[in-house]
Amino acid sequence: MRNLVLSLCLICCAGFAAALEIEDNQRFGPETAAVELRLLSTADTRFFAPMIVSFLEDNPDVAIDYTVASSAEVMAAIQSGDHAFDLAISSAMDLQTKLANDGLAQRHISDATEALPDWAIWNDMLFAFTQEPATIVVSKRAFDEKSIPQNRQDLISLLRQSPERFRGRIGTYDVRGSGLGYLFATQDTRASETYWRLTEVLGSLDAKLYCCSSDMIEAVKTGELLIAYNVLGSYVVNREDAEEFAIVLPDDFTTVMLRTALIPKGASRPEMAGTFVDHMMRRAHGSGGARLTHPDLSLDTRVTALNRIRIGPGLLVFLDQLKRQAFLTEWESAILQE
Amino acid sequence: MNAPNQQGSIRRRLLLSLMVAAGVLAVVVYFVVQSVARQVAQESQDNVLAASARSILDSARVAGGQVSVDFPYSALSMLDSVSDERVFYKIQLQDSFLSGYEGLPDAAERLAETPTYVSTEFLGEEVRIATVRRSVSMDVGQSYLQVSVAQTLSGQKQTLARISRTALVIGLGFFVLSAFLAVVVAQSAIRPLDRLTASVSRRGPKDLRPVAAPVPSEMVPLVASLNSLMERLQRSLTRSEDFIAEAAHRVRTPLAIVRTKAEIIGRRSQDNETQIALSEMIHAIDDSSRTAGQLLDHAMVTFRLDDPLSEEIELAQLVTDTVERLRPIADLKEIDLHLDRLTAGTLRGDRILLQNAFHNVLDNALKYSPAGSDVRVQCRADDAELSVVFQDTGPGFPAEDMPALTDRFVRGDNAQGIVGSGLGLTIVKEVVEAHGGTISITNSKGGGGCVTLSFPSV
Repeated sequence: MRNLVLSLCLICCAGFAAALEIEDNQRFGPETAAVELRLLSTADTRFFAPMIVSFLEDNPDVAIDYTVASSAEVMAAIQSGDHAFDLAISSAMDLQTKLANDGLAQRHISDATEALPDWAIWNDMLFAFTQEPATIVVSKRAFDEKSIPQNRQDLISLLRQSPERFRGRIGTYDVRGSGLGYLFATQDTRASETYWRLTEVLGSLDAKLYCCSSDMIEAVKTGELLIAYNVLGSYVVNREDAEEFAIVLPDDFTTVMLRTALIPKGASRPEMAGTFVDHMMRRAHGSGGARLTHPDLSLDTRVTALNRIRIGPGLLVFLDQLKRQAFLTEWESAILQE
Repeated sequence: MNAPNQQGSIRRRLLLSLMVAAGVLAVVVYFVVQSVARQVAQESQDNVLAASARSILDSARVAGGQVSVDFPYSALSMLDSVSDERVFYKIQLQDSFLSGYEGLPDAAERLAETPTYVSTEFLGEEVRIATVRRSVSMDVGQSYLQVSVAQTLSGQKQTLARISRTALVIGLGFFVLSAFLAVVVAQSAIRPLDRLTASVSRRGPKDLRPVAAPVPSEMVPLVASLNSLMERLQRSLTRSEDFIAEAAHRVRTPLAIVRTKAEIIGRRSQDNETQIALSEMIHAIDDSSRTAGQLLDHAMVTFRLDDPLSEEIELAQLVTDTVERLRPIADLKEIDLHLDRLTAGTLRGDRILLQNAFHNVLDNALKYSPAGSDVRVQCRADDAELSVVFQDTGPGFPAEDMPALTDRFVRGDNAQGIVGSGLGLTIVKEVVEAHGGTISITNSKGGGGCVTLSFPSV
């Protein structure tokens, strides 16, 4: 009965494309293209455009409709199956994994996907095309080169030494609202107990909580923050004013998020979507293609401390409502300290 | 000789049965290996699922009537460690759903501490589900927590496909090995039969002794009947030879009397026609008496051949004796009998038999040579063999008859009108072969026959 009600509700919603809360929508390629590929993504158009442009060079008779939405919206759109997107691209690895695990993704097997390393592909459904580290972003104006903390231990010591200097001027994700923040935080707890100590220190210094990486970067730029913890490094290096920031890949361990793509069950052009995935994989992993990460984020030299988040059912654990509840309770008690 | 009526082959039948047995066993091995492997793969998957479900169950706490489940990351990530698997789980308190996938069926049918398993389909794919339970005390009384964990089977299928291939290889290998062994076994099973065949076919034409070599029990009846057959054959052969010798002997004396009488009548009679008739009669009597004589010779030779003497013989001496004994007959026919190139040489053998053989050859030569011709006897010796050569200047042997001339009662086409039984060369051949020698019958280039008897030298 509940399912019936839900279905009816969804059928009603299907009439309104506006039911999907979009942030941006752009069309690439010729107006008269015979085939239109609909992409739903969490990545800014500016960030993803090179990939689309290079694809259209190889496939001139294809047009691409690119829609940007939040990871929760992407998840909801694919779950409802109403919008007929051909490809879903998201930074929320856990949500993408859940979609694939719940059978909402199609399998895609090709030469390009078979050449992928194990960590970049899951069940022939999820394909990773970037590696983006969670970094500590520091304002260069506030620190000289030598005193920049290189790992969490350094950061904790620094904060404890001069609490008054940092009170209210450090920021991190509000994991209750941000999917990516939650993912980074939960993976940090898996890697080391240091996270909890750091969170308590952050809480004791009235750390500010943000919804997204770009806001934190802005806050560092304006001088509102001195240090932002767990910021997507790729967002910083892609800025024109990147010189103003010091990006620290913590050398105790660096959590690395993989941006993934999946072809939804309801895709209207799954073969073309597969071709696009192959293009992404070749460009991202092939020797001649663009690098998975920005060269300034020298992940290659950090292999030992690299904590690449593994795609797999483990990611479902922190999506469990009981587990999530338990984690948030603990996190709140650490950071809010009421 | 008629070719035996062949139907099937023991070796082939044995081989075929063994191959079929090997094939059946190979198939059985294939299925057994596969089913054992399937069981093991299933068990190991079940164990992992149960471990996962237990670790979730163990992380559950009941405090103040509330259930909190803080299960470890590994509870689900362990299910994906070997191959990419979709994983589902469900946590429930008695019948109320707490967390996970609400639609996931559970395997438990009864309240039991041991895990229960079921294979079913969920969200479009085949899954294996493990369910575990634990009883907990709630405010309202005893209740139980139940955790089900499910996993897709792609890894298990891969493993099974690999094991299936391995099982196939094992089965094939088993078959090939068995086939090889089958060939060996068939070969060794048939070997006594081969040995018997060889020992029977190796025998000389006169050898009718019973088979004495040991044979396997299955072949004893066959060999026994074979032996009894040969014994009967031997007896019947002996009897008929005795009979022939006896008959020849009995016929010879009356024939001699009839011949004498005919000669006396011939001398007395003046009538020309009677003379001619009597002459033909004497000729026929000579023929019969000669045949009877040779039959007796043959019987004697056969008898002696059963147990021949082995003495040192001066070949040249023996040849000379034979030639001298026949010289009167040669003189009578006005045939020049030459004895030359008498190389000395010794051989082992039975003097009487050899003399009989030489006598027969020379007698033949004299018989078929026209008056006034030459007959030449030579004795040659080299390192390997001794040979006696008899050459005449008669009509020679007809080419087409040559291979058969040594058979019993076979005579050359050109022998009509000459007294003979067809036994002479048969006797010669048997004697020569009994001494390990060979007989060669040819025609000389200038006309006339040539018989060469060769013996290995001592």
